[in-house]
This record gives sequence, structure tokens and C-alpha cells, in this order.
Amino acid sequence: MTDLAASGALPKPKRDVLPVLLPVILALAVAPLIGSASSWVTLTVASLAMGMMIFIMASGLTLVFGLMDVLNFGHGAFIAVGAYIATLVLLPLAPYVQADSLLTNLAVLAPAAVLSMAVSGALGLVVERLLILPVYGQHLKQILMTTGGLIVAEQALYALWGPQIIPLPLPTSLRGSFIIGDVVIAKYRLLAMLVGLVVFAGIQLVLNRTKIGLLIRAGVENREMVEALGYRIRRLFLGVFMVGSGLAGLGGVMWALYREQVHASMGNDLTVLVFIVVIIGGLGSIGGCFIGALLVAMVANYGGFLVPKLALVSNILLMVAILMWRPRGLYAVTSR
Amino acid sequence: MMVLSGDPPRSRVLSIVLIVIIAALAVTPLVFPGAKAMNVATKICIFAALVASYDLLLGYTGSVSFAHTMFYGIGSYSVAIALYSMGPGWAAVATGIVIGLPLALLLALAIGLFSLRVEAIFFAMITLAVASAFLVLASQLSWLTGGEDGRSFQLPELLRPGTVLISKGVFGFELNGRVLTYYLIFAGSAAMILALLRVVNSPFGRVLQAIRENRFRAEALGFRTVFHLTYANCIAALVAASAGMLNALWLRYAGPDTSLSFAIMLDILLMVVIGGMGTIYGAIIGAAIFILAQNYLQALMSAASNAAADAGLPLLPGLLHPDRWLLWLGLLFIASVYFFPTGVVGRLRSIGRKPS
Amino acid sequence: MTELLSLAGVHTHIGRYHILQGVDFSVAEGQTTMLLGRNGAGKTSTLRTIMGLWQASAGRISLHGRPIEHSATPDIARLGVGYVPESMAVFSDLTVKENLVLAARDGPLDDARLEWIFGFFPALKRFWLSRAGALSGGQKQMLSIARAIVEPRKLLLIDEPTKGLAPAIVVALIECFAEVKRRGATILLVEQNFFAARELGDSVLVMDNGKIVHRGEMAALASDVALQERLLGLSLETHQ
Repeated sequence: MTDLAASGALPKPKRDVLPVLLPVILALAVAPLIGSASSWVTLTVASLAMGMMIFIMASGLTLVFGLMDVLNFGHGAFIAVGAYIATLVLLPLAPYVQADSLLTNLAVLAPAAVLSMAVSGALGLVVERLLILPVYGQHLKQILMTTGGLIVAEQALYALWGPQIIPLPLPTSLRGSFIIGDVVIAKYRLLAMLVGLVVFAGIQLVLNRTKIGLLIRAGVENREMVEALGYRIRRLFLGVFMVGSGLAGLGGVMWALYREQVHASMGNDLTVLVFIVVIIGGLGSIGGCFIGALLVAMVANYGGFLVPKLALVSNILLMVAILMWRPRGLYAVTSR
Repeated sequence: MMVLSGDPPRSRVLSIVLIVIIAALAVTPLVFPGAKAMNVATKICIFAALVASYDLLLGYTGSVSFAHTMFYGIGSYSVAIALYSMGPGWAAVATGIVIGLPLALLLALAIGLFSLRVEAIFFAMITLAVASAFLVLASQLSWLTGGEDGRSFQLPELLRPGTVLISKGVFGFELNGRVLTYYLIFAGSAAMILALLRVVNSPFGRVLQAIRENRFRAEALGFRTVFHLTYANCIAALVAASAGMLNALWLRYAGPDTSLSFAIMLDILLMVVIGGMGTIYGAIIGAAIFILAQNYLQALMSAASNAAADAGLPLLPGLLHPDRWLLWLGLLFIASVYFFPTGVVGRLRSIGRKPS
Repeated sequence: MTELLSLAGVHTHIGRYHILQGVDFSVAEGQTTMLLGRNGAGKTSTLRTIMGLWQASAGRISLHGRPIEHSATPDIARLGVGYVPESMAVFSDLTVKENLVLAARDGPLDDARLEWIFGFFPALKRFWLSRAGALSGGQKQMLSIARAIVEPRKLLLIDEPTKGLAPAIVVALIECFAEVKRRGATILLVEQNFFAARELGDSVLVMDNGKIVHRGEMAALASDVALQERLLGLSLETHQ
């Protein structure tokens, strides 16, 4: 009767696994439609790679919203800035990029990625202090200010680099594909998947195994109580914002290499994609964001293969379908 | 007072400014019959109505929509496509209206019912996503929309510049089809703004404001907030589509850049904020200031950019280049939201009230 | 007897509502002070204002003679204040252990102190690695209190801990609070349960309409049924 005397286990909380299965179900469901197994494998790998890149770009946005109820409409600016910064390293060092040695290629890619993350993260600091802190807690102004920030960032990139598209060739050793039987898998896609998995695992590790991660998860749920326990959540938030911005920058570098070009409008274009992912996943949920990114990429790849005309609006249709099923996204995190 | 729905400007300076703007617009064809002045005046009329309808959403319900240009574009395209495919005639104009308005209404209804249930932030994100998909559609379905090139078309006989209704007479003024189109737009925009004034001052408008102040309380009082917000979204969409139709009639063209682009969305946002959110009158002021600045400041920027280039200054020529107009707009926008949130109308009204 | 906490002329506004309308009282160090009053009298608002979760619009709040009315919540907590909100506010996505790891701000969990806490609340030990969201209401309350005492705190602000709990748990809570007080903590306890209040309270404050309307010894109030009727509109018969 009483809780004190109660023995035995607690009722197991029901784990909500249906969203996790969704990408698997989707991949299996389209297999008969696609027909050839090799095309299916190629498309699936392409989806996973693209999904991982989108996840890297979107993860910061969803965490920032979950933790502080801040939605940064200028998130795409960090993506574009990251891509441009990478060109600063990769274009002057073109001989190393073109060298036919994986080690040499990685020796220039890694610093480029790190520099992009650092600059995007630093820009995150500026944006948080200048655009978000002054209107903290006012949703309307927040949306307006960060939208303005996106425009300014995009135009500043145009002013600094010019309106032309900058080609950014893939390093030589990452070009081409592995061919296993009649299955073709692009090398760069494997790298993108690998980096995406590392980032996802890293985020999960931090969230579940470190005190900072516990604080973030606790803060997503009830930031007032985190403060009442004596933690300065604004500093934590600034840290998360900067890391999220840095990850967006990393995603920008990867996306630019994937498309082999850089343009100032990519921030604006990807903002829409990233928003759809974050909405599908449930605002604030990292797991949901991961699944949402995979779903968006799958619908784009499978859809583009099966019904090319549909690809234009496939994201919207996916979003509508998910929201009909769960109005707050796959995983609704906050009660707010 | 009846015409203004009992909501006068409430500031002497504001009243005078409004009267000057409206009077100037009314006499533009008589006093400045040049093409550029006419274009500027028309754009002010159309945007005043468009921005006022956006103000119904942003200022009165507190929801940020990024799909307003989509409705504007639906209006533009429906008239353009109808006139393009059916040939210049009033039946085509009517067809455009009969197809365009219900389409805008349905889309607004769907978006509203879908995304206004949850949170304001959801609405903003979903409108952004839908609008960008629509932009892609419009530029890809070229058999229908003409793609990036858009659709040019001929107006009905009566509205063509060559049609002279009253030849140059005693007043030295010619009433031709172009002038007639201008007054059609002037009257249409005025009617829409007055209708919006009526909406926001009706009991329905008061409910919208109550929802903006505190949605939970409004719900607790028994208002079905989703219904009210969706209704407001539909009204705003209808006005935006109508403004788009007027725009197409004036330009004799509809294309992505003139009726759908994200830049127009930013222009609208800026005009609302500069003019003053939640006032309707702010739309007229914001549109007038912004469009005048856009047309006459860009020339100034160009001159400054050239001067900076001649002087051999680094970076400045690029920053001042007229193509970077949006950069300065963005900065102005942030500064306005931050320092000047009540806009011109709010500032003028507070000056009138207390001399502090 | 020294004052640990004192409020002088504290006003709090929430939006248009004037919630606290000049609250004056002090809490003596080492004592348990009960804050009583009907619903909506301003008890929870008083605790939230002390904690800095709501900003006092006027008045002074001092802890150990040090003004804190303009301090931020984390800084107030770091002066040694533990808070158990009415909603309990356990982090339901985290395990019991993780909740307590976060609460132990100054370092790793102290095993001896944990055992001491498990003595009152054995359920926490049993469900050590379970998600806090899966706990029952009473167990969540235990966790919330454990969080506030997992490290020694000078002052505990506890908001209606017994609300809706089974009598056996109420007894365990009372025992816990008494022990915490014996170890030197000062407690400000909002309570509706007069039985618990009488058991625990050294002194008592009664609030009404955002003001303190009575202050005195708990024992005096407990033995004066007429005064209880007048202040609280209750009698012991109906609340035992």
C-alpha cells in the first residue's frame, strides 16, 4: 500500500520505439518499388550520408530550443560561414587537396573543419550576445532579430566573397566509389556517415555520461529548478549555443564538399531543410532530430529516384504526414 | 469616423503625415505623370495594403508568418496566368480572381488549422517551409508559371496606356488607361486598408489582441483561439492575394522576383516594424518611407560606392554596392526591432500623449 | 537567537497582479518556521521571491545579514539555500542517481550522507537507477527533498511537502525534517497539513492576502483552537 514498504520493480516506462523503426520501415517498404537491390543499397547509403550531414547541421538548433526556448532563425548563417571559412584553407592549399594520398588530404581537411567550427562557434557567441540576449524570452522579437541576422550574414558573405559560386573540389582520395559487385558506394558518403555517427555518439555520450550533459537534459525539462540547485544556466546555454553553431559550421563544410561548391545562399536554403528536420523530430529532441534527418534524406533520395517531380515538395509532404500523426513531432520533449 | 471604424490616428502629427501621403498619392498622376513616380506611387499603394494585412497577423495576433509573399504571389500569378492563357479580356481577369482568392483562402485555412494549434514558433517555421516549397514549385512548373522568366501578358483594352479616355484638355491632363489602372489600384488598396481597420476594431479584433496578450487566458475565457487565429490568417491571405492581383495588373507581369521572393518578405517585415506593429496606419507610413528610400537611396549608395572605389578604399565599395542594399536593410531591421519596437506610429502617438 | 533570514516590506508583482503586499518576517537560525495560510495567500510566492525565481519589486531580503533581493537564483542557492518546490520538479528524464548527482554541487556524492538519506527514504535506494519520471508521487517528493539535503544546506525552503501523500509517508517526512533540523539546518516550511505543522514547527507565520497576519510560537497556536479558527478557518478535529 505505502510507497515506503513497496517492494519490487517499478512499472517499466514504455519506450517509444515506433519513431526509431520508422526509417527502417521506410527503407524496407520502398525496396520492392525500387526493384534492383544495387540501386536500393546505393540510395540507402546516399540517404544515410545526407541524413547525417543534415543532423550535424540541425543538432545545435534543436538543443538550443530545448534548453532555452530560443529558436534561432539565423542558424543557417553558421552553416554558410563554416563553408566559406573552409575555402580559406582548402583553396590556397589546393596542391595538398589534389595530392593522391589520403593522409595528405586529411591533413588539410581536418584543420579546415576545425577552423570552420571555431569561427562559427565564435560567431555564435556574438549572435547570442547581440541578437538573442537583448530580447530573451520574447518570441516575436527573437524571430525578427535572428531573421535579420541571417540576412546580414548572407549579405556580408556576398560582400566579402562576391556573388559567384565558389567551386570546392573534393580531395582526390575521397573521389570515386567503392564498387562491390554491382553496388556503387561513393567514398565521400562513407566519410560523411562516419563523421555523422561520431558526432551523434559524441552528443549522446556528453548528454548521458557527463555532468554538463545531465545539466543540459535537466535544463531542457525544468530550467528554473536547475538554477535553484545553484547552476548558472545562462552560461550553460551560451556554451550549448556556441557548440551548436560550431556543429552547424562543420555541417556546412561537409555539405559544401558534398556539393563541391560554396554559395552564400546555402545558409538560407538549408535553414528550411533544417527547420523541417527539427519540426519532424520534435523541438528539443536530439534523438528525434537524428531520425528526422534520416527520414528527410530518405524521402529526398528514394522520392527523387521513384517520382522525380515529387522531390520538390517531398519534404513538406513528409512533414505534414508526421505532424498529422504526432502534432508536436516524433518526440515531444518539453511540456512548454 | 465611421469610415475609420472609430479608430482615428490619435496624434495630430500622425494625422497630418497620413493626409500628406494619401493626398500625394491621390494627385500623383496629375502632378508627376512620369513613369518612375507613377511606379513608386503604385508600389506604395499596393504595399500599404499588403503590409496592413500582414500587420493583422504580426501586430494583432503576434504570429510571425513567412508565407505572406506566397499569398501575394498566388494573387499575382493567378491573374497573370489567366490573362496570359485566355488573352486580354475582363473574363480572364474575373477567372484569375475566382481561382486565385479561393486558392489563397484554402491554403491559409490549411496552414492555420495545421500549425496554429501548437505554438507561435511552429507557425513561423511551417510558413517558412511551405513558402519556400511554393517558391520552388513556381520556378519549376514552367509550363504553367513561365519558370524563372515569369509570365508577361496584355491588359484588357480599357486599362492599356494607349487608351485615351479624356484627351489633354483645359487642365493639361490626360486620362488614359494607365491612369485609370492607377486609380483602380489606389481605390482598391484604400478599400482593403479601411476594411482591415474595421476588422481590427470589431469584437473579433479585440479577441485577437486578447489572444496575443495571453493565449491561455483567452482560451480559459472560452475563445476557440485556433479558430480566431486561422480566421485572421485567412483574411490576411485574401488581402495579400488581392494586393498581388493589383500588382500583376500594374506590372503586366508576374514572376518569382516581383511577387514571391524572400526579399519581398523581408521588405514587408521591415515596413511593418518601421511603421509600427498593431496599428494598421503604420503600414501606410512604413510602405511610404521604405519604398521612397528604396527608390532614391539605392542611387545614393551607388554613387557612394563609386566614390569609395575611386578613392581606392578597401571593402567599402563592395559594402556600399547597390546589390548590398539588403545588408543595410537587415541591419536597419535589427536596429528597428531593438531600439524602435513601436515604430513611427507608436513614437508619434507617445509624443502626442505626454511631452516626456 | 540570531536571524538567518529576514524579509522587510517585500512586494512582488506578477504581471498586473500584486501578489506580495509588504511581507515582513524573520526566521531564526536552527529553528523550523511554519508558514501557514489558505490557498492563494502568497506562501508559494514568498518562497519563490526568497529564491529569486520572482523578483521582489520592493523591500529587502537578507540572508545572514547579506542582502539577496537583487541576487540571481543560482547565487542565492550557492549561499546555502535548498529549495523543494510544490511541484517537486524532479528531472523525470534523469535517474534517481543522476538527480542527486546534479544536486551535489560541490563534488561527488557522499556515501555516508546517502546512507543517512536512504534511512528515511529506502525507496530511493531501491530505485537508484530508475528514471525519476517513473516514481510514484510520494517517491518523487522524497527525491525532491533528498536533492535539497544531499549536501548540508543552511536554509531549506520547502513548499507543501505532504500534499496528497499517504499518512505513512507523511510520518517519514516529518521524521526526516526533524533529523535535518537536529543536524543544524534552518527550515522554512509551507504546510497545509496542521498535524505536520504542529509536529515540526518551532514558530509559526500565518499569511493572508499577501501579508503576514500572525507570528508566534507554534505551540501557542496549536493549543488555541479559537485562534486557529480565526486565522486558518480550521479546527484540529477536521484535520487529524
